[in-house]
Amino acid sequence: MTEPLLQVRDLSVLFPARRGAPPVKAVEGLSFDIGPGQTLGLVGQSGSGKTTAGRAILQLQKASEGSVKLLGQELTTMRSGDLRRMRRHMQFVLQNPYSSLHPRMTIGQILSEPLQVHRTVPANRIRERVEELLELVNLDPAMTRRYPHEFSGGQRQRVVIARALAVNPDFVVCDEPVSALDVRTQAQIVTLLQSLQQKLGLSYLFIAHDLAIVREMAHRVAVMFRGRIVEMGSAAQVYDSPAHPYTQLLLDAVPVPDPVLQRERLRRAPPDLRFLDGDGGACVQGVDHVRAGTSEWHEVAPGHGVSCRYWPQGRSAAA
Amino acid sequence: MTGPLLRVRDLTATVTTRREVIQAVRGISFDINADEAVGFVGESGCGKSVTAKALMRLAPEGASIGLGGSVAFWGQDLLGLGEDEMRDLRGRRIAMVFQDPMTSLNPVMSIGAQMGDMLRRHLGLSVKDARERSIELLDLVGIPDPARRIDDFPHQFSGGQRQRVLIAIAISCEPDLLIADEPTTALDVTVQAQILRLLLRLREERGMALMLITHDFGVVAGMVDRVNVMYRGEIVEAGPVDTVFAEPQHAYTRALLDAVPRLHETGAVR
Repeated sequence: MTEPLLQVRDLSVLFPARRGAPPVKAVEGLSFDIGPGQTLGLVGQSGSGKTTAGRAILQLQKASEGSVKLLGQELTTMRSGDLRRMRRHMQFVLQNPYSSLHPRMTIGQILSEPLQVHRTVPANRIRERVEELLELVNLDPAMTRRYPHEFSGGQRQRVVIARALAVNPDFVVCDEPVSALDVRTQAQIVTLLQSLQQKLGLSYLFIAHDLAIVREMAHRVAVMFRGRIVEMGSAAQVYDSPAHPYTQLLLDAVPVPDPVLQRERLRRAPPDLRFLDGDGGACVQGVDHVRAGTSEWHEVAPGHGVSCRYWPQGRSAAA
Repeated sequence: MTGPLLRVRDLTATVTTRREVIQAVRGISFDINADEAVGFVGESGCGKSVTAKALMRLAPEGASIGLGGSVAFWGQDLLGLGEDEMRDLRGRRIAMVFQDPMTSLNPVMSIGAQMGDMLRRHLGLSVKDARERSIELLDLVGIPDPARRIDDFPHQFSGGQRQRVLIAIAISCEPDLLIADEPTTALDVTVQAQILRLLLRLREERGMALMLITHDFGVVAGMVDRVNVMYRGEIVEAGPVDTVFAEPQHAYTRALLDAVPRLHETGAVR
């Protein structure tokens, strides 16, 4: 296998105790690789730690433990000057295209800014590069003098993507990039992200709570619950033969665009969620992994793993 | 009572903001029968939310609205009603749940105070009765330990719980028609499924009509009897939900259906 572009090992983020509230482990023991030109989908409910994980990988949030290597370089211990130079390799596309663009800056100014900061092109080529970027995301290059409010949500998200791509990054964290958009616009943005990946060999960490969108985007999928990955595998493995009951729960909740099936699904008894209570520290087979020094992670097929935490009583996890 | 619960004919809505005048609804006609659930599907800007607001005679935020055509509720013309009579009807006979539960609740009032207000004004309940009724309603929509939670403020509830609270407020006066505008758009899939189940259950238990507005065909699929597809202020397709899914007639309907992402590429679903 080729060297992964991004390697994350045992990444944890601890938010310290505040106003009498106990400290929160927002992300715990995250480990995965993303290869060049690959997409890892990160799914889970709000509060599961997806966004914090993305921020910790980009060093926008301090990790309390673990390692993040991009292009073979360790980021968590990097000095801030070096880190700033690394930032042109890693970029961020955020959920809300309404608040992530400065309302008083023209599209041209918004797209020139990263070029000036990272000095990736000489000053006399900036204008040309801005037009190139707009074409890359299928916007009219003549739009450089216009302001964000003149654009629709989908067009703004294209601008946000163009800004992320301005410095020729290798790796982009997309955090809910389409969840604020209409379904048709969502489909267009997904197609755009896919074609950019093909064209530029980008790697994505694609964070979303919408499992259907992730299925379309991701080569591999990690399911997060309470800061931990409970299942990870290829998109086909996770979606077609989910191993963890939490993954199954998420898949069952996705509305199906078929009235007969969807009616029947909504009329089924709601799932019993009690197995998700508590800290899930106990292994379903009663093994104390911490004391035994063994892993709670079980491989069910090559490249398809599942945690033995958070299982209903009496159901056996993968051996 | 004869005729449909709601009969809308040639409804037009012109929205005037500081910047522009928009012909948001361009002469639409539809009926909603008692006990019926009707979906309105379309993208942002198609006029579906303005239609909902028009029925309640409310203007979109920061704008004024001019209405034409007719809206008959149990045969009574709503567009000709005085503001006082309309205020009586709003919330009591026709209630509404909006997309964003963060902004539709008053952040500095406890949930109990907000619910109590509504019950005292519309149903004339005493403070004590209103409180008891509020606790019952919170229990009905699935808020655990309602007697303790009733004095909590909106920020102390999760997004899904806030939406449940809004639904509790909306159904508190037993309306004939509940208008739900993107009620699950801001929520996770598991919470979305819970809210949809709740709406379905309430509708069956109370025989309440439902107008469900969404951009997502997946959301209306299991919820409604009939669907109206809106595009640029007009209804471009209308029909029973099964027919519209199976044999969409309008190209725009087909485009919307095709855009719904599917979990399994074969189309087969467990």
